Amino acid sequence: MSELEVRTYGGEARPRVGFFTDTSLCIGCKACEVACKEWNRVPESPQGFTGNSYDNSIDLGANRWRHVAFVEQRKELGVDGVAAGGLVEAASLESLVTDTGLQTYQDGEGLRWLMASDVCKHCTHAACLEVCPTGALFRTEFGTVVVQEDVCNGCGYCIPACPFGVLDQREGDGRAWKCTLCYDRLKDDKEPACAQACPTDSIQFGELEELRGRADRRLEQLAEAGLEGAQLYLADSSDGVGGAGAFFLLLDDPEVYGLPPDPVDTTRDVGESWAAVGVAAAGLAAALIGSVLLGGRR
Amino acid sequence: MTAAGSANGHARLGSFPAAVEREAPREARSYHGQPVIKEPIWHPEIPWYFFAGGLGGASAGLAWLAELRGNEVLARRAWIGALVGTGMSPVLLISDLGRPARFLYMLRMFKVTSPMSVGSWVLAVSGGAASAAGLDALLPPARRRWRRLLRVAAIPARPAAAAAGLPLATYTGALIAQTAVPVWHEARRELPALFAAGAAASAGALASALTPVAHAGPARRLALVGCVAELAIVPLMEHRLGELGEPYHREAAGAYGRLARGLTVAGSLLLAARAERSRAAAAAGGALVLAGAACERWSVFKAGFQSARDPRYTVAPQRRRIAGGRTRGASRRVVAAGAARAAGLAGRGGAS
Ligand code: SF4
Ligand code: SF4
Repeated sequence: MSELEVRTYGGEARPRVGFFTDTSLCIGCKACEVACKEWNRVPESPQGFTGNSYDNSIDLGANRWRHVAFVEQRKELGVDGVAAGGLVEAASLESLVTDTGLQTYQDGEGLRWLMASDVCKHCTHAACLEVCPTGALFRTEFGTVVVQEDVCNGCGYCIPACPFGVLDQREGDGRAWKCTLCYDRLKDDKEPACAQACPTDSIQFGELEELRGRADRRLEQLAEAGLEGAQLYLADSSDGVGGAGAFFLLLDDPEVYGLPPDPVDTTRDVGESWAAVGVAAAGLAAALIGSVLLGGRR
Repeated sequence: MTAAGSANGHARLGSFPAAVEREAPREARSYHGQPVIKEPIWHPEIPWYFFAGGLGGASAGLAWLAELRGNEVLARRAWIGALVGTGMSPVLLISDLGRPARFLYMLRMFKVTSPMSVGSWVLAVSGGAASAAGLDALLPPARRRWRRLLRVAAIPARPAAAAAGLPLATYTGALIAQTAVPVWHEARRELPALFAAGAAASAGALASALTPVAHAGPARRLALVGCVAELAIVPLMEHRLGELGEPYHREAAGAYGRLARGLTVAGSLLLAARAERSRAAAAAGGALVLAGAACERWSVFKAGFQSARDPRYTVAPQRRRIAGGRTRGASRRVVAAGAARAAGLAGRGGAS
C-alpha cells in the first residue's frame, strides 16, 4: 500500500527512510525527547512525578513525539542459568557489554533497566492515514506518515485508530499532532533531530532496507550472547501493519514497553464492516417495509 | 568493583534469559499499567449524534413508505422525526468539532477506508433530502415561488431521504468499529445491526407518540420490531465478544446498558399492550423506548472508552491470537540459545 502511495510521487519518490531504535543501547538520557521538542517547537507537556521509574513524561501524545520508557525488572536469579550457559556464556555476555555497549544490565541484585525511546512507527499500512476523512494525514515521498496541520479539522478519528496510541489532540488547538520524522529536515537531506541527538546510536536513522539488515546483524549478535528476550519488533512486512518505518530491537515482550504485541491496521477489516452495514441497512429496510406495507394500513 | 564481584555479577547476568523463560506467562503484562491505545477524544455530542442519525434516517423511511401507503397522518409525523433527526446531526457534529468550517473539510474527499468520510457524504445527502421532503410535508401550501420550488424539489427528495436514511442509521456502527478500540472493532459485525435496531425502535417510538392511535399502527409495529431486535442483538454481540464483552457490563457502560434494557422492555410492553387504544400510553411508551435507544448508544460509547483505558483489553486478545497460532505477532525472536549455539550462530525464531 505504501509502496503504491509513494509511487504516485513518480520521479520525486525517494527511498523509504525510518528509524531503527536499538533499545539495548539506550541509556535513558532523554536527549531525543528534548531535541524533538526543540526542533519541532512542540509545546510543553505536563510535568510531574509519576513514580514510574525515571519516566515522568508518561506517553506519546500531541505534545510528545518521542518518549523514553523506563522499566525496572528484578529477576530471581537461580543457578540453573549458570549451569545451562555456564561461565562461557557469562564471559561472552561480559565481552558483549564491553564490546557492544549493552546498557540495560546493572551489576548486582539482578536489576535490569529496560529503556526504550518510542515514536510514531510510520506504518506501512497506517490506520491513522486510512481513516482520516480530510486527507490531512498523508504519505510523504519518503514513505513516512505526516499530518498537515492546515488541513486537519480535529475530528479525532485517527486518535483511537492508531493501534499504538501515538496520536492525540492538542489542547486549545483541537487538532491531532504526532512525529513527522522531521519532514522538514529530510527535505534538506538532514537526519531527524532525535537521531542526531542520541549519544549512543540507540536511535539510528537511514534507508529502511539498510536499517533492516543492520538490525538483523544486531539481533544475531545479541542472540549469540544468549539474550533470549531480544526480539525485533515491526521489522517484517508480514505483521499486522505491514512492517513499520520505525522499528525496534526490544529485550522483552513489546507489552512490557507499552507496545501492542500484535498491532493491526483495522483497514484490512473495512470490507467486513461495510458488509455489516449493508446487512443492517437491508434489515432496517425490511423492518420498515414489513411494518408499513404488511399488516393493516393504520 | 572487585574482580570477584564483577564475575559474580556477570554470572548472574548470564542467567537472565533462563529466568525470563521460567516466568509463568501472565494474562497481560503492561507498561506501568498504562493504556496501549489512546481513548477517543469524542465528546457527548457523538453518542447523541448516533441517536439522532438513527432517528432521522429511519423516520425518513417510515414517512416515505407511509405516504406510499396513503397514511398521510402518520407520514407527516414521521417527517417531523426525519427533520429533527437529520437536522440535529450536523449541529451535533459541528459542536463536537468546534467550528462550522471544520465540517466542510470532511467533504474535501471521499474515502471508503474512512467510514467518517463516507458518513459525511451520506449525512450531506440525507440531510438535504430530508429537509426538502420534511419541510414540504409540514409547511402549508402557499402561492409563493419558493414554496412551489420546494414542492418540486420534494418529489425526488422523498425517496432519496428514505434511501439515504438507511446508511445514515447504520454507518456509525462501522465508524467506531474501524478503530483499534477492542470492544468496538471486535464487534464490527454486530454494531451496525444494533444501531439499525435502535434506529427502527426510536423512529417507530417517536411516530407512535406523535400520531393519533388510529393511524399509528405501522409506527407501533416498527418500534416493537426495533425493540425486539435491540434486545436480541446485545446478548449476541456480548457472546461473540467473549471476554471482551466485559466492559459492556462494567462501570458507566454497564449502568447505561441495564437502563437501556429496562426502558426498552417497559416501553415496548406499554406500546404493545395499551398504545392501540390510549394516546397517553403511546406517548409514555414511545418516550421510554426513545430513552432506551439513547441509553444503548451511550452504553456502547462508554464501553469503548473503558476498554481503551485498560491495557489488558488490548494486550490479552492479541497475546491469545499469537498463542493460538492465528498470527505470529509483530515480534521476531531468536530461537533457543542452545539451538543457536549448536548452529554456530543465532537463528531467527519463527521466521518461517
Ligand atoms: S504508529 Fe499510529 S500514528 Fe504512526 S503511522 Fe502508525 S497508525 Fe499512524
Ligand atoms: S483529527 Fe485531523 S489528522 Fe486526525 S483523522 Fe481527523 S482530520 Fe485527519
